[in-house]
Amino acid sequence: MKDKFFKSGECWVWFNAGAIAIALVMVIGLVLLIAARGLSHFWPSEITIYEVQLEDGSKQLSMGEEYGEELPKGGDPIADKQILLKVGNRELYGLDFRWLKNKNVVKTELATDVVVIERREWGNFYGFLEQVEFDGQVFTQNDEDVLLAKMHEAIDRANELHEKARDLEKDDIGAINYDLEELRLERRRLELKDEDTPEVLAEIASQEKELREKFEVVQAELFKLHEQAKRDTVSLVTIDDKRVNIVAENIVMAFKPNEMSFLQKLGHYFLKAGEFVSDEPREANTEGGVFPAIFGTVLMVLLMSVMVTPFGVVAAVYLHEYAKQGFLTRLIRIAVNNLAGVPSIVYGVFGLGFFVYFLGGSIDDLFYPEAKPAPTFGTSGLMWASITLALLTLPVVIVSTEEGLSRIPKSIREGSLALGATKIETLWRTVLPMASPAMMTGLILAIARAAGEVAPLMLVGVVKLAPTLPLDANAPFLHLDRKFMHLGFHIYDVGFQSPNVEAARPLVYATAFLLVLVIILLNISAIKIRNRLREKFKSLEN
Amino acid sequence: MSTNVELDLTKEDSNDGINFEALQNEKIAIEVENLNLFYGDKQALHDISLKIPEKKVTAFIGPSGCGKSTLLRCFNRMNDLVDIARVDGAINLNGENIYGKGVNVADLRRNVGMVFQKPNPFPKSIYENVAYGLRLQGINKRSVLDEVVEWALKGAALWDEVKDRLDDNALGMSGGQQQRLVIARSIAVQPEVLLLDEPASALDPISTLKIEELIHELKEQYTIVIVTHNMQQAARVSDYTAFMFMGDMVEFDKTDTIFTNPRKKKTEDYITGRYG
Repeated sequence: MKDKFFKSGECWVWFNAGAIAIALVMVIGLVLLIAARGLSHFWPSEITIYEVQLEDGSKQLSMGEEYGEELPKGGDPIADKQILLKVGNRELYGLDFRWLKNKNVVKTELATDVVVIERREWGNFYGFLEQVEFDGQVFTQNDEDVLLAKMHEAIDRANELHEKARDLEKDDIGAINYDLEELRLERRRLELKDEDTPEVLAEIASQEKELREKFEVVQAELFKLHEQAKRDTVSLVTIDDKRVNIVAENIVMAFKPNEMSFLQKLGHYFLKAGEFVSDEPREANTEGGVFPAIFGTVLMVLLMSVMVTPFGVVAAVYLHEYAKQGFLTRLIRIAVNNLAGVPSIVYGVFGLGFFVYFLGGSIDDLFYPEAKPAPTFGTSGLMWASITLALLTLPVVIVSTEEGLSRIPKSIREGSLALGATKIETLWRTVLPMASPAMMTGLILAIARAAGEVAPLMLVGVVKLAPTLPLDANAPFLHLDRKFMHLGFHIYDVGFQSPNVEAARPLVYATAFLLVLVIILLNISAIKIRNRLREKFKSLEN
Repeated sequence: MSTNVELDLTKEDSNDGINFEALQNEKIAIEVENLNLFYGDKQALHDISLKIPEKKVTAFIGPSGCGKSTLLRCFNRMNDLVDIARVDGAINLNGENIYGKGVNVADLRRNVGMVFQKPNPFPKSIYENVAYGLRLQGINKRSVLDEVVEWALKGAALWDEVKDRLDDNALGMSGGQQQRLVIARSIAVQPEVLLLDEPASALDPISTLKIEELIHELKEQYTIVIVTHNMQQAARVSDYTAFMFMGDMVEFDKTDTIFTNPRKKKTEDYITGRYG
C-alpha cells in the first residue's frame, strides 16, 4: 500500500501542491496584511477618555484614539502593559501620542460630544466645542445645534475659499511665474547671442511689466481670499480645560466620531480614502493624500514603456534576424542576459553619472546656456529616471522578443517570401505582428520590475515633495526635466524619514497597498492587450 | 548494401534515362543546366539537367531525401535562406538564368509561386491572405483587390465555400481549405510557374482529391512542378515525371512511359515498391 503510494508519484503531486499552497497563502497573506493595516486607517475610530493616577497621586485626564497596546520585552502582562493613545493637540502637548501605563488607568469612558478637528497644520485636535465666531457674530453653547451648524458652515465656507485660493496659486500665479521665467531666459538668450537690441529688450520689459501687473492683481485677490477665510474662528476646550481658538481656514474637516452612525462612518471612510488618492500631501507627507506620487509612478512607468519597447524590439530583431549567429552574437546575448542581473542601484549610479551629469550637462551646454548656472536637464528628473529604468528593463524585453521571434514557424516566413516579399516586408507584415504577444510579455515583465523599483530612482529623479506635477497646462505640457514623486520612495520617506513615525505608520501600509494596486492595474492592462493580440495571432498554439 | 552497387551502375551511364525527345512538341518553360547544390561539404544535387515544359504538370518522384524538394526550391531560390547552401550551374526561366547577377529574387518569387507541404496561411483574414501578395506590390485599391481576391479564390475552387466569410480568420478553415487558400494566394499574383511541394501529403483523401482536380484545372494557365512521394498521385496528375535518387536525376519521361515502361531498373524498383 505504502509502496504503491510512492511508486504512483502521488507523493510528488502532494509535494508540489503543498508548495503552491504555501506560496499562495504567503502572497494572499501579504496583500491582506497591508490592505487591513492600510485601509483601516481611514475608518473614524472612537474617542475615549482615560483617567490616569500619576505617581504623585494626582489625576490626569487624557482623551484620544487608541492606537495600540504594547508590552515591553520581559514585562508582566498586566503590570507593564502600555496603551498608545493619539491625543493630538500638538500645540499644547508637543507630541501627538502618549503612552499610558495600563495599571495606572483608573477609569475609561467613551467621550460624549467630542469634536475631532482635522487641521491643515499641527495635526488633529480633540476637544469640546465652546463657541463659534461666524461673520463677527458669536455663537455659544446655549444652543448646541446652531453652534454645530455654524461651525460646519464656517468650515465649508473657508474650504471653498481655500480651494479658490489654491487654484489661483497653482494655475494663475503658476502660469505667470512660468511666463516670467521664460521671459528671463529669453532675455539671457539674446544677451548670450549679442542680439539684445534695445527694442527687443524694451519689448521683453513691457511684457514683464504686463505680467507683473497681472501678478499684482491676482495676488491682491489671493490676499483677499485668505483674509476672508480667516475671519471665522472655532473655539474649543480640551479635556484638561485649555481653550484653543482655531481659524476656520486651518480646518479641513470636523466630525464627531462617537455620535456617528455606521453609515456616516462609512461615508467618512470613503471621503478620507478618496482624499488619500486624490489630494496632495500635507505636513511633511504625514497627512493628506498621495496623488502626486501615484501620478509620478504611472507617468514614469508609461514613459519607460514607450522608450524600452521600441529599443528592445529593434535590438532583438537585429540579434535574431540579421546578425550572423557566431561567437560575437553569442557573447552579446550572454551580456544582455547578465545585464538583467545587475543590481538596480548600479543602474542608478550609471544613470546619475552618464545620463544626468554627462548627457544632461551636455544638453544644457548646447541647448540651455541661458538658464546656467541652474541646470535644466543636467540634474535628476523625470526623463533620466525613465531612461534609467528603460535601460534596467531592456534585457527582459530583448529576451522575450527574441523568444517570440524564434517561435514563429519557418513555414510562415517562407510563405511570405514565396509570394515575393523581401525580408523586411516579411518582418513588417507577418513576423512582427505575430511576435507582438511576446513583446507584450516582455513589457509586462518590464513594468512589473520598473514600477516597484526605488533605489535607482532616488539617484536620478525622485524627490520627497515635488512642488509641481510633471504634466500641466503650461506649454510644452510634459516637463521631462522636472523632478517627481514616486509611491515606492514615498513609502520609504513617510515610514522612515518622517518626524511623526507613529502617525505615519498606517500611511506606510496604505501607500504600500496603493503601490501594489497600481502595479497590478498596470500589469492587468498590459496582460489584457497581450491576450487580445494572442487571440488575433493564435496560429502559434497549434 | 546491394543498392549501392546498383547506384554506381546508374551513375556510369546516368544520362540515358533522360528522354528529352518526349518534349519535342512542348514549349520549354524552365531549363536546368548542370546544377550542383552543396549543403556545406555535402553535395545534395549532382549535375542535374532538366527541361520543364510550359503549361504542363511535371512531377518529381523519388524516395525521401533524394533531393526532389531541394531541386524544387532551386526554382524560386528558396535555398538562399539556408546559409550553408551553395549552388552552381544554371536554371533558365524564359531564357534568363535565375542565378545570374542582378536578378531580383523577390520578383522571381512572385513569378514562381510555391505551395508547401503543410498549409501555411497567415494569421489574418481569408481576404487578407489572398490580398497579401498584391499589397506587397503596393496595390491597395479596394475595388482591384476585391476583384483579384474573387478571381483567385474561384481559380482555387474555394470561392463558393468562403464567399460569405472572407473576413474570418484563415486559421479557422479545414486543412484542405487552407491548402487551397494558399494556392489561391499564390495565383493571385499571377505567376508563370507554380511549385507544389507535396501539397496533399498533410491532407485527408477527399481534400487530396480536390487538390488534384484543382491541379488539372490550373495547368491550363500555369506551368506546374509538383513534388510527391505518392506515385499514384504522380500518375494521376502529371504529364511528365522525373525520378530522382540520392541527388541524381535518374529518369525523365512522359508519365505514361515511366509508369508502364521504365528504362532503368532503379525506377522500376521504386515504382513497383521494392524500396522507398
